[in-house]
Amino acid sequence: MTSQGSSGGGNNPSNSGAKSTSSPVKRREPQVQRAAVALPPEGLVLAERLPERLATHKIEVGAAIDEVVCRVPADHLVDVCRQLKDDPTFGFDYLRLLTVVDYVDPDGEFEVVYHLYSMKHRHKMMVKIRLPERRPSISSVTGIWRGADWYEREMHDLFGVEFEGHPNLVPLVLPEDFDGFPGRKNYPLNDYEEW
Amino acid sequence: MTENAAPTNMGSTITQVPNPEPGTVDMMVNMGPQHPATHGVFRMELRVDGEQIQDLVPHIGYLHRGSEKLCEHELYSQIITLFDRLDYVSNFNNELVIVSAVEKLMDVAPPPRAELIRIIMCEFNRIASHLLFYGTFAIDMGAITPLLYNFRDREKIQALFESVSGARMMHNYFRVGGVKEDVPDDFESRSLALCNELEHGIDETDRLLTGNEIFLERTSGIGVISGEDALDWGLSGSVLRASGVSYDVRVDEPYSRYDELDFGIPVGSAGDCWDRFYIRILEARESVSIIRQAIALMEPGDTMAKIRRIARPPAGEVYAHCENPRGDLGVYIVSEGGERPYRLKIRPPSFCNLQALRDLTVGHYIADAVVILGTLDIVLGEVDR
Repeated sequence: MTSQGSSGGGNNPSNSGAKSTSSPVKRREPQVQRAAVALPPEGLVLAERLPERLATHKIEVGAAIDEVVCRVPADHLVDVCRQLKDDPTFGFDYLRLLTVVDYVDPDGEFEVVYHLYSMKHRHKMMVKIRLPERRPSISSVTGIWRGADWYEREMHDLFGVEFEGHPNLVPLVLPEDFDGFPGRKNYPLNDYEEW
Repeated sequence: MTENAAPTNMGSTITQVPNPEPGTVDMMVNMGPQHPATHGVFRMELRVDGEQIQDLVPHIGYLHRGSEKLCEHELYSQIITLFDRLDYVSNFNNELVIVSAVEKLMDVAPPPRAELIRIIMCEFNRIASHLLFYGTFAIDMGAITPLLYNFRDREKIQALFESVSGARMMHNYFRVGGVKEDVPDDFESRSLALCNELEHGIDETDRLLTGNEIFLERTSGIGVISGEDALDWGLSGSVLRASGVSYDVRVDEPYSRYDELDFGIPVGSAGDCWDRFYIRILEARESVSIIRQAIALMEPGDTMAKIRRIARPPAGEVYAHCENPRGDLGVYIVSEGGERPYRLKIRPPSFCNLQALRDLTVGHYIADAVVILGTLDIVLGEVDR
């Protein structure tokens, strides 16, 4: 973020007088905007209910544009997911998407994101957990939503995340003898020589 | 792979099992990857007792191109071309997903005319995709004729696409904030005329196949999946609706201007192959009605919002999805505020639908496996990405 440097208000072009030209031109930090949050009514209800119902699991509730985001400690994942599916106030019976995001900064972490949807209540949410990059390992949710099967196998291929308790964690989209994890940020996009 | 890891044959988990009956043994059969009935490069490993399937292991990945990784290195406008190539028989629907995701993240709305053009193109594309389905599905069962009729109609749709976007496939016509250019002058009259022809074509397929005795024998009661199982597997689209679950993104989470249009969502009850086929006939008819309504709503105006040429959405994460001919196609974008996404993940409907194949086929005959795979209507470009 912008550091309050010696030349106060230096990033305002209107008062750039002799002060800013005397010092070497400093590149202005890009001011990255955040996408605005606008939860739909059912999302607001859900965001209220989640901390009440899942009080024992040390969850953090936030929001991303129109979806409720729930951060869960990695060792509570299966319990939370089980409750989200079975508890009639949530009823998340549909796993839309399971994915891994490789966050390089600050110290290399994987985020596993579960996109859930409830056919009964027609509401949606994301569940997120963080894993260390050195030994990424998390319990499988195939016992809760069978549709997680191939998603987990694919993420195992591309990111090397281990899903404990998955019935058949063999390569799905990559060849058996493939070396490395091409989904990760440190894997180059083109690692072949021109020929 | 370590030395003491269990030896695997391309990820196979099937082992030869001796049959308790004397003198017979279960046979392993490989179907694909080069097999016309697998609709692309897809391999099924079957363990069969005579003609009956005892176990099935699907193998995918032959077309894996790393599209998601590639997307993370491209500008948002360039990603549209990659989305064209996911599900290569419904290009417009794919383009709509990525542009609406970026628009949602940037909080821009395309002009009303552009929204309607998008809807019309997407619905035409849905019909084109379903026409291809009827034809290839009939071929899966040995009927060659319907394909010829369906391709005749599909060709007309593609001619319309060509007049609008300049390409029969891989259009790259939608843009973040609108569409590339306005439609030609004769677009409305041409579309309405085409709607009449398509309606006739769909009726023709309906008469030719739906009530046919052999067709009914081959499809009804085959490959049944219940609504709960379908949800558990994460199925979507016609496959889910055939099992009695009413879920269509156009209605349940309306995007674009679908909330202004009046259309029905056909829902099946049996969850068998016949339902999955007939639902697509009904859906195509609904699409014709959507197109007519959308054309009636069209008014002259801009086709592009006033935004920067290079999209630079703010930091944040977004999940946007649309109802594709194959199901619920979604995209999850994590943006750091640059002109390229940090992470992009596609929710491919064919990939999810294909997962249930084993449950659907075990206990049926090999010839039925071909029919069941046909009704899942997969496109391998999207399964493998």
